[in-house]
Amino acid sequence: MKQLIFTINSNVKIAKDVYKMVLCGDCTDIKCGQFVNIQIDGLYLRRPISVCEVEGEELTLIYKVVGKGTEAMSRMLKGCELDVLTGLGNGYDLTVCGEKPLLIGGGVGVPPMYELCKQLVKEGKSVSVILGFNKAEEVFYSEEFKALGAQVFVATADGSMGTKGFVTDVMKDMTDYTYVYTCGPEPMLKAVYNMSTTSGQFSFEERMGCGFGACMGCSCKTKYGNKRICKEGPVLTKEEIIW
Amino acid sequence: MVNTKVTLSGLTLDNPIIPASGTFGYGYEFAELYDINILGSFSFKGTTLEPRFGNPTPRIAETPMGMINAVGLQNPGIDKVISEELPKMRQVFHKPVVANISGFCIEEYVKCCEKIDKEDCVGIIEVNISCPNVHGGGMALGTDPQMAAEITRAVKAVTTKPVYIKLTPNVTNIVSIAKAVEEAGADGISLCNTFLGMRINLKTRKPIIANKMGGFSGPAVFPQALRLVYLVYEAVSIPIIGIGGVSSAEDVIEMMLAGATAVQVGAANLVDPFACKKIIEELPAVMEKYGITDLKEIIGGAH
Repeated sequence: MKQLIFTINSNVKIAKDVYKMVLCGDCTDIKCGQFVNIQIDGLYLRRPISVCEVEGEELTLIYKVVGKGTEAMSRMLKGCELDVLTGLGNGYDLTVCGEKPLLIGGGVGVPPMYELCKQLVKEGKSVSVILGFNKAEEVFYSEEFKALGAQVFVATADGSMGTKGFVTDVMKDMTDYTYVYTCGPEPMLKAVYNMSTTSGQFSFEERMGCGFGACMGCSCKTKYGNKRICKEGPVLTKEEIIW
Repeated sequence: MVNTKVTLSGLTLDNPIIPASGTFGYGYEFAELYDINILGSFSFKGTTLEPRFGNPTPRIAETPMGMINAVGLQNPGIDKVISEELPKMRQVFHKPVVANISGFCIEEYVKCCEKIDKEDCVGIIEVNISCPNVHGGGMALGTDPQMAAEITRAVKAVTTKPVYIKLTPNVTNIVSIAKAVEEAGADGISLCNTFLGMRINLKTRKPIIANKMGGFSGPAVFPQALRLVYLVYEAVSIPIIGIGGVSSAEDVIEMMLAGATAVQVGAANLVDPFACKKIIEELPAVMEKYGITDLKEIIGGAH
């Protein structure tokens, strides 16, 4: 973990209630699947946001406005400096996924799939991606995933783009994958857990106090003992999840 | 040069800054960031006789200038703390530590304190009779002067190290409880644990915290904690560790003027992992600004 100052390079709306913020600073400590914890003026607790992309000194975050913190973030301007804790959480293990990993992101669970996809493609893997949203106006990054070289499927609950239904409505017809990586709302994670025929890694969300393992605010039980979502998580393996 | 040293029951601290129990784990997370031996001491995660997972999540809610937690004393139990956590802790912290002990009945406190008393690294045993987040025991034991005194006597009978009783602010008459534990032999008082509070999610119309209520802490409670320290200082002659929203060197001085010999820093560690380091580094300059050369001389100075 590092406590660093980042400068906002850009902060733009990319879908309904969804913003993309590009920060400039020391990214050396940041791995895919991790999160950063951002201090926001006027709010007491930091806001944990998943890492979408790291490229040189640029850190990209995609966040949805859901409360005071993310609302304040959406109004931040280029040039503004942010106090950020980086290098938080365990991140994804890329070494175990075989040749045909399947990445499944739902809503704001989509962003962490991007850096993961980028790195897996770079390693020569044949990556498939399923992106789930409620409706077309909420969809983001489907073209960006395609540009990386992944095979991309979109599912929307109302059918306004791609397959009508949930990510599992796409997943049910897929048999040719070697591993699953997923991030999204818990009901989606559970559905993916139940449908997946391979092992996988599941990224969880929880209300956090500190984000770095000190307060025990985000603990969960696993088959391998108690874990802190912020420290030993947010990524848990399929084998350890109790469902 | 200013002198930041203070003494708690014969134990001299380089400075009065002690991270509060439950906000500093066993120190390792923070030792990755800075040398935690600059601290006066630290109070490790509340420990019980048996291992505890604690409460369901969500356990955390935000408030204006503060937070509510309902962790519920998650800890691996006293035996594992002694066999696994303390050896690791000793590698990163070489000063005497404050051992925070919780329980659900007198017998549990006695067993835990007896065990922890044998550990060389422990300088002070802090007996938490004030946890608001557990059912049966915890705070219930700390709201009755007779019960508080009984626990104090029982723990004192099996220990050799200084015993500080950590009191809850959620009482009508803090002074009667403070006096009761002093008369029962407490060596000091940690004042205070968190204030009961809650938040409701407007979207779901339900409490944010799974346990519904929790302990409210952070800068928002500083004036309330300060008042309790002020009141108790007038009533007892044993040292007080002031706790509640301390976030700056100025807060440390204010708490000491109210009557604290040392202070604990809690919620601030969670929003700024360097909070204690910054307070320790700022303290000499802030002392000079207010004409203080020897910190211990200001204890109770506001009375």
